[in-house]
Amino acid sequence: MENKLKTSKNGSAGSKKAALDFSSGWNYDPSPESKDHIRLEKKYGLFINGEFVKPSSGKYFGTINPANEEHLAQVALAEEKDVNDAVKAARTAYNKVWSKMPAAERGKYLYRIARMIQERSRELAVIESMDGGKPIRESRDVDVPLAAAHFFYYAGWADKLDYAFPNRKVSPLGVAGQIIPWNFPLLMAAWKIAPALAAGNTVVLKPAETTPLTALKLAEIIRDAGLPPGVVNIITGAGKTGASIVNHKDINKIAFTGSTDVGKLIQRAVAGTDKKVTLELGGKAANIIFEDAPLDQAVEGIINGIFFNQGHVCCAGSRLFIQESVAAKVIRKLKARMESLIVGDPLDKNTDIGAINSKMQLEKIREYIGIGKNEGAEFYESSCSIPSKGYFCRPTLFLNASQSHRVVQEEIFGPVLTVQTFRTVEEVIEKANNTPYGLSAGVWTDKGSKIFNMMSKMRAGVVWANTFNKFDPTSPFGGYKESGYGREGGLHGLMGYVNLK
Amino acid sequence: MQQKSPAYDFSHSPVVDQVGIDERVSRLNSRSIKKSSKVAGLKLALNMIDLTTLEGKDTEGKVKQMCYKAMHLHDHLPGLPGVAAVCVYPTMVRTARKALGDSAIKVASVATAFPSGQSTAEIKIADTKFAVSEGADEVDMVISRGAFLTGNYNYVFDEIAAIKEACGNARLKVILETGELSTLDNVRRASEIAMRAGADFIKTSTGKVQPAATPQVTLVMLEAIRDYYFETGIMIGMKPAGGISTAKGALQNLVMVKETLGNAWLNNHWFRFGASSLANDILMQLAKETTGAYQGGDYFSKD
Repeated sequence: MENKLKTSKNGSAGSKKAALDFSSGWNYDPSPESKDHIRLEKKYGLFINGEFVKPSSGKYFGTINPANEEHLAQVALAEEKDVNDAVKAARTAYNKVWSKMPAAERGKYLYRIARMIQERSRELAVIESMDGGKPIRESRDVDVPLAAAHFFYYAGWADKLDYAFPNRKVSPLGVAGQIIPWNFPLLMAAWKIAPALAAGNTVVLKPAETTPLTALKLAEIIRDAGLPPGVVNIITGAGKTGASIVNHKDINKIAFTGSTDVGKLIQRAVAGTDKKVTLELGGKAANIIFEDAPLDQAVEGIINGIFFNQGHVCCAGSRLFIQESVAAKVIRKLKARMESLIVGDPLDKNTDIGAINSKMQLEKIREYIGIGKNEGAEFYESSCSIPSKGYFCRPTLFLNASQSHRVVQEEIFGPVLTVQTFRTVEEVIEKANNTPYGLSAGVWTDKGSKIFNMMSKMRAGVVWANTFNKFDPTSPFGGYKESGYGREGGLHGLMGYVNLK
Repeated sequence: MQQKSPAYDFSHSPVVDQVGIDERVSRLNSRSIKKSSKVAGLKLALNMIDLTTLEGKDTEGKVKQMCYKAMHLHDHLPGLPGVAAVCVYPTMVRTARKALGDSAIKVASVATAFPSGQSTAEIKIADTKFAVSEGADEVDMVISRGAFLTGNYNYVFDEIAAIKEACGNARLKVILETGELSTLDNVRRASEIAMRAGADFIKTSTGKVQPAATPQVTLVMLEAIRDYYFETGIMIGMKPAGGISTAKGALQNLVMVKETLGNAWLNNHWFRFGASSLANDILMQLAKETTGAYQGGDYFSKD
């Protein structure tokens, strides 16, 4: 009783003083996922024509664990000659085997790959977290299962293409050149490879230079699955290797996921050629909280929207809009929730936010944090501890941000959220659409009619209602404006890989 | 003392999204509690138990045995804490009080025509006064679910306030009986009514209705407590009761408390488990942590 009297005295005036203590008392012991079971070679070659081969230049580069800066493996640097070899292998496989195979047989291979991803899911998850820095909770529960799900899903379409596009004659394009980013290495490989193969194309895929390992493990799976040589070729390298793929004359289709800057370069390079292109580029999604929303679940959605995968998500909900009447409440809840986030070792099962993918990316995020401070937005960061070694960034807010701030306009690709308030529906629609990007958006309200109204007015490829960052192989994903064009996932995902007559 | 804001309209209490709560619960339940944090958590949970017997067939002998168990959970394992309280019917309070002697373990009594609450306000108040006069430190009351579901929120509020007054110095736990409220929106609304009417604790269930203390319901109530604390600075206790019978479930509850309310609530002044079989499962786990092997159920006393 005494305690209650004492606290209630502070109560009326001092509700702001009522802070929650998340740091002291009962705490969780480290609970690291074992890495004894993983198999990593010291050196990886290029996966061309069904086997790992040495790069023509003899050059290799290292890939590290961003959580502790330890070296993990050497991977081959593919140069133009290697790209030629890979494309030649893909072309031969396309002409002689893959395009002639009965579609149901193609489906069988895809099912087999899907099952093998599931069988090796533990190893893939651990390597994904080691190479990329994402928490094991995400690689284990999101990346790897979704990658398998994409193969399962497109395996089903392989022999049903005539039903996917009724009354049209469907044929594959040929050889697809695919370039994927470092934020979801295995998942992006699955997004690219599965629909391409299902539609009867062959593939040359290049993973990002900071995260090549799970793509190379996928190459092992593809080899072990007995896929005919050359149907999938996986070559490692940096931007120059990617350019060689984009500029290669015998490639029919370029699929790229990555930054808007590189997307523009690709568009320039393929202009005037007959290559088909799909681009999935940057984003700066609005996450909109109305006053009638379930606020605690909205706060959880804000957290998942911006801090999932350290904010390295093209569809991250990086611009938060809160209706004025609940702004103070939501910000208070959000700050409290940020205090309970655990930042640290990606392999620890209790880690919520892992390591920033690379030193370069960490520097870029820090630069933006500096810009935000200079622009005058109110800076706030969680007081959580972060490891002294490795690349880590505390979850960060910029409150009272404005549309003219660079931190609101530009994609930061890190755990940094800008917060703005709004009064009316018209105002928030105008502000949310006032961006060069248009990949995704989130709407939180208890009112169904408001959701439908917002969905029809938001210029974004995906609008989530009362949830955020939900992915499913059956659902198409892609952008408006500078977020790119073409769709991946679902029936729409097949369209980028077929000719229709 | 209480912040009874006349402007609060209970029909406009905060809304809850079931899908979002399910996701948050599954994320909290995936916390991995190992080694010393597991042992510390299990001991903490043991110390938060209201050891309960609420049967028509309860006898003085049964209550005495339970009280002895409350003080001597498992004498083979040294260094164990006692439970927080024993929870009995009003007629057994005197027996329990006497059996517990001068131990620190509290006596909690259900009251107000437990478990249905189907009686008049006068009888409920008399029931409460009787329990307190017999020596109860804590009173576990039930709300009138019928009145709540017909939208008569002021009746429910007034009844809780009246029982609080009848409690005198005894701490009041208000049982929402969430299994009869059917939606999480209702759970949130009933929590608001109870806290604002003077509850010292809000409690999920009587244990007589299923479902009882689901993690979803507990999380919604913890969030209500947190918001009330933000608003007023007043701490309210939480007691999930019914359905928590495993050590794992207990640890998952502690994780929810830790990550929703923080460390200040992680003690038996602010958090309780209403349970009868939970204690032995925790003891089994603690014995396993000491000896490395699981022992059979018959190595732990069932009182």
